[in-house]
Amino acid sequence: MNHFEVFGLERRLGIDAAALQRRFYELSRRYHPDFHASTSPEDQAQALAASARLNAAYRTLRDPIARIDYLVRLEEGRETKEGASEKPKAPPELLEEMFEIQEALAEARAGGLDEDTRRTLTEQRGRLLARHHEEEARLAGPLSAAWDRAAAEARPTVLAECKAALATRAYLRTVIDDLGQALGEGDEIVAHHRH
Amino acid sequence: MSRIIGIDLGTTNSLVAYVDDATRLPRIIPDSEGRGLLPSVVAFAPDGILVGDAARRQLVRRPQSTVYSVKRFMGRDYEDVKDELRYFPFKIQPGEGIVSIDVGGRQVTPPEVSAVVLKALKERAEAFFKEPVEKAVITVPAYFNDSQRQATRDAGRIAGLDVVRIVNEPTAASLAYGLHRLSEGVIAVFDLGGGTFDVSILRVKDGIFEVLATNGNTHLGGDDFDRVIMLWLLEDIQCCHHEEIVRSGLDLARDGEAMQELRLAAEAAKIRLSTEERTQLTIPFAEFTYHREITRADLERLIESLVSKTLPPCRRALADAGLGREQIDQVVLVGGSTRVPLVRRRVEELFGRPPHSHLNPDEVVALGAAVQAQILAGGITDMLLLDVTPLSLGIETLGGIVSVLIPRNTTIPTSAREMFTTSIDGQTVVDMHVLQGERELAKDCRSLARFELRGIDPMPAGLPKIEVTFLIDANGILQVTARELRTAKAASIEVKPSYGLSETDVERMVEESFQYAEADVNARLLIEARNEAETVLTHVRRALTQGGPLVGEAERRAITTAREELERARAGQDRDLIREKTTALNHATEHLAELMMDAALKGALGSRRATEIMESPSSKDQ
Repeated sequence: MNHFEVFGLERRLGIDAAALQRRFYELSRRYHPDFHASTSPEDQAQALAASARLNAAYRTLRDPIARIDYLVRLEEGRETKEGASEKPKAPPELLEEMFEIQEALAEARAGGLDEDTRRTLTEQRGRLLARHHEEEARLAGPLSAAWDRAAAEARPTVLAECKAALATRAYLRTVIDDLGQALGEGDEIVAHHRH
Repeated sequence: MSRIIGIDLGTTNSLVAYVDDATRLPRIIPDSEGRGLLPSVVAFAPDGILVGDAARRQLVRRPQSTVYSVKRFMGRDYEDVKDELRYFPFKIQPGEGIVSIDVGGRQVTPPEVSAVVLKALKERAEAFFKEPVEKAVITVPAYFNDSQRQATRDAGRIAGLDVVRIVNEPTAASLAYGLHRLSEGVIAVFDLGGGTFDVSILRVKDGIFEVLATNGNTHLGGDDFDRVIMLWLLEDIQCCHHEEIVRSGLDLARDGEAMQELRLAAEAAKIRLSTEERTQLTIPFAEFTYHREITRADLERLIESLVSKTLPPCRRALADAGLGREQIDQVVLVGGSTRVPLVRRRVEELFGRPPHSHLNPDEVVALGAAVQAQILAGGITDMLLLDVTPLSLGIETLGGIVSVLIPRNTTIPTSAREMFTTSIDGQTVVDMHVLQGERELAKDCRSLARFELRGIDPMPAGLPKIEVTFLIDANGILQVTARELRTAKAASIEVKPSYGLSETDVERMVEESFQYAEADVNARLLIEARNEAETVLTHVRRALTQGGPLVGEAERRAITTAREELERARAGQDRDLIREKTTALNHATEHLAELMMDAALKGALGSRRATEIMESPSSKDQ
């Protein structure tokens, strides 16, 4: 049973968050081990497994990006475990800037940051963060909608676009984290806003 | 289903609660004298084991064999705790993945000490219901890791309890609040107890209590406040009474009794400063009496940096929940240390709203545990708690890097699968190392267990496909299963826990707990009467040395007679006689005590000890 099936949903990316939460609460009441505490060991084991499956499904589906990651894996028949489905890949238009950043980072690691470099890196990090949000918005918005609209033959194309966007996002995330570390800032800013 | 009780096994105090059938509300079960709080103190006296208030009175008299704050050592390795050992008067030793405490020649582990407390609560419940009680829900700090949870469950088993659920303290508290018509919305539970700190962010909706994120510090609480005050007092005494100390050759820092006296005085002063602006502190030593006034500002200066340590976990929990502070509808305070005004101020500043504590912060966790127990017993069907695992779970991969399988704040129960294979032809055993924590390197995380997947059929390298399932159950405790997919054979797994007790250890301790049973009621009362007599005798001897010249010959003779009578009674078995003679001696010395009080500088309190004044703990885990 895949995550969509757990919730009785089709493989669509447009999911109503409030409805999903309602259904999650309903199914939790059905499966949670607390409500099976005085049943047979077999029934308890089943409830435990069903509850774990439900929690995993909810965790993935409630997050618009994790949802796409999961769908990509599912469509390609890959292992559907949690986590990024795509390897980080730099978007072509950012290659030059990335090269500069990597150089500055290497310098920072070797000898610390002077004020100018710090300012430049902070600015760059800000731009990349904006780009990261943009990429996420594109994934959760137009790309998700495109997938839901696409006829069977158009789906591979949409899927490829999603994969490229996921790879870009993963790349940005890595660089932002590296920059954050070099600048001594936390990664809280890019923490998922999934609730 | 049979009755299930709810137990809050605290660092400083513990409680037991149940849900009343008639009112459907949770209630604390009092002891025969009407007390709800049971101090989490266990004294291993030569003539029997004491627990609770009786043990608490042994803290100064028998510092080496009276164990307190044992929760700090639950599920911990020697390496984890060695830095703070010097603050404890009892001797803690490294053992096989677990520490043990030397109490007068006998070695006991933290779960065994906690088991004594649990057993006392179990008996209290049995006396209350007049029937055997076998099942319990026990609370733990939300930020407890797998080893600490297992140690708590082991303690329950040693006490003869079937621990049907381990539940997180802040979430238990939210259930108790839930019963009292908590409005729906997002709540933050700030739980600062005697030794641990947790913060949990929950969404309450349609009777579902969904934890969104939790964070904390399992080594931060009122104990630490006491410690900084105590060290400050120590320094002050050494400065103010330098001459007397040098003359008498007293080494306060190494004197277990004196340090306990100081610790209890520090705790008492801290508690008073929650309601008063300033307080007087008097500690009599053999050669001198220390007196000092402490203001709330002094206290706040001392604990400021400790209180600040609670703030980053709150920010992390908010970030993990994906919420800003303005999205929190209510902030609830739990744990005795939230009575400290500075703590309240900091919480209010952080969340931008006044926190509330309508329910007694000492009792609310036990009440919530009783609610959870009632849910499990089928008595409550409209409430459900969906909790999370506080720490990421991962396995060690090449180069000592941790690969995360279950991220922190994942709703439990939850499971993750991972494939393993062999790297050498014909290999039949694969090792794996399971860790918990947020750091990248295995060496910085908590090692939970090393597993050996055995019984793999010899095949060329890389061919076997072993699927390992990691399941975190509703207790937050890990279960691991494995099978070889090519042969569909369940590989036999050997689990070597990195910390904790083995199954055989627990069984042995269950056996032993019967042998070393708590002293029975009569024996206990006799021990208590004798101890009280001893305490009074010690004070009188001291008073006669320091204040003897203040009274006349006749009065001195009367005191000496009363003293000798008590000494004789104490040697006997008649506890009523001991009590009577103790009262008589107290009476005979009243005048002397008054005179000494007058004589003492700046209103010193005379022959009574500061610990006695604060003898009955008025708050839990503060």
